[in-house]
Amino acid sequence: MPTYRPGPVSLILAVLVALFLLLPLLAVIPVSLTPSRMLTMPTGELSLRHYRSLIEDPRWLESILLSIRIGVVSSALSTVLALTFSLGVWMFQPRFTAALVGFVLLPMVVPPVVSAVTLYFLLTSVSGITSFFGYDTWLGVAMAHSVMTVPFATVLILVSLSQLDRRIDLAARGLGASVWERATRVIMPNIKFGIVTAALLSFVLSWEEIGVTLFITSVNAITLPRLMWMGLRDNIDPAIAALSVILIIITVLVLAVRSVVTRRQATP
Amino acid sequence: MRGILSDRMGAALLMAPLLLFLVIAYAWPFLGVVKWSFTLPTPGLGQYGALVSDPLVQSVFIRTLRIAAIVTIVSVIAAYAITVVWVRGSPVQRVLAEFCILVPFWISVLTRAFGWVALLSNRGLINTWLQSIGFISEPLTLVRNEFGVVVGMSHFLIPFAVFPLASAMRSLDERVLLAARGLGSSRMRTFWTVFVPMTRSGIIGSAMIVFVFSLGFFVTPAILGGGRSVMIAELIYLRIFQSPDWGLGAAISVVLVVFVGTLMALLFRHVKPKQLV
Repeated sequence: MPTYRPGPVSLILAVLVALFLLLPLLAVIPVSLTPSRMLTMPTGELSLRHYRSLIEDPRWLESILLSIRIGVVSSALSTVLALTFSLGVWMFQPRFTAALVGFVLLPMVVPPVVSAVTLYFLLTSVSGITSFFGYDTWLGVAMAHSVMTVPFATVLILVSLSQLDRRIDLAARGLGASVWERATRVIMPNIKFGIVTAALLSFVLSWEEIGVTLFITSVNAITLPRLMWMGLRDNIDPAIAALSVILIIITVLVLAVRSVVTRRQATP
Repeated sequence: MRGILSDRMGAALLMAPLLLFLVIAYAWPFLGVVKWSFTLPTPGLGQYGALVSDPLVQSVFIRTLRIAAIVTIVSVIAAYAITVVWVRGSPVQRVLAEFCILVPFWISVLTRAFGWVALLSNRGLINTWLQSIGFISEPLTLVRNEFGVVVGMSHFLIPFAVFPLASAMRSLDERVLLAARGLGSSRMRTFWTVFVPMTRSGIIGSAMIVFVFSLGFFVTPAILGGGRSVMIAELIYLRIFQSPDWGLGAAISVVLVVFVGTLMALLFRHVKPKQLV
């Protein structure tokens, strides 16, 4: 069967775009190997000193651990809230569903900078009441990240619910299962993959969140992106290049594993 | 009867936590921001008046619209070129195109902006190379200006522009393209008179997504603009943290939300949300 394939002009243009997309990711590799303390191209000898400083400088390790803690807590909160909400929508199909889902998706569509001002207002107001939950605290950041990631988690779980066969739930209901049993023993095992994906995406989004974090932290809750930001704005530290290389390698590996796994599932 | 009641109770119990969470942590503080815009430093419409009369704020708005428009055009055209290969290419081409789209998509905005700094700065890759081959003697200024901002933002937004285009290209009927070719239409003519018009909804959707994202963009312009080409989002940040003028920062935020909301409403009049995924 003949197919419509892109011609040579299309291919050349696509290669140019692909180069544009990959170039800045490749550019950080030589910079990360410079022996200089400044951001320069290495001339002659290469050095791993910036990779070493990632391990030796406690600031990097501290902020990595903090980002992991915030990511885990905010992802757990987002996933639980998104899951209960989506189960309610799917099982009971209440009136005004569209409006309620629209409301939940707001933090995803409102410009991030406006969400940042909003969360800044929230956390500075809370700071007056309690000191460990407000502005520039890790719990405050985790909560703010949940606000930003919960729409994504909700979309993923709603999508996997929409692919579920309603008849298995009707059967469970007809056999006398309670709402709790239907949710935990019939529906949730069937959308496991969606729930895990939602939790992972929430974690990743929190891990790299910077737009909101900048507004709600100053000196105490320094997440990894926040530390990178400080290094980028003031005096560019080549350790950021080393860190970027590591993050890029992790991303490429995860995507490669994922594509192998999905391809295997597609061809049993 | 019992069934209906417990259904309602069940739905309410399951949906309440998230709705409450977002009302307390998002809707209520947003109203607080709106309140700031009308009450700080003095009650009234003063901040909105300042928005209209302040030449600095005006120039930032105009610059933001200009950059957003340029970035939209660049990103949609670039995304179109690579999406054609991702959707219509041979199996190997598809895998390669997917790799080039998804890897940048998953890498954080900071890393990507930093990559452009490494490429474009005075002692970056491009200037070092151009000087070493003797093409230029003084480094070109490629960052800390609008050029750097447009490059960095387009790079960030191309993957987002790809998805609506891919969905439009996947859903079109291949037989129409083959028919056009079979009837003797050239590649170019088939592309411009058949393929592009049939992906119109994808083009509109992708342009709107890029444009709306660009309006509220903060990180990339702040890093690659180097404080010289300030856009709306950075202006809000500066008003709140550097020259504490919370009222003006809040007023700009409110105007931005209203503007983006209006654009989205216009978008959804023309395109169904499903076509954007």
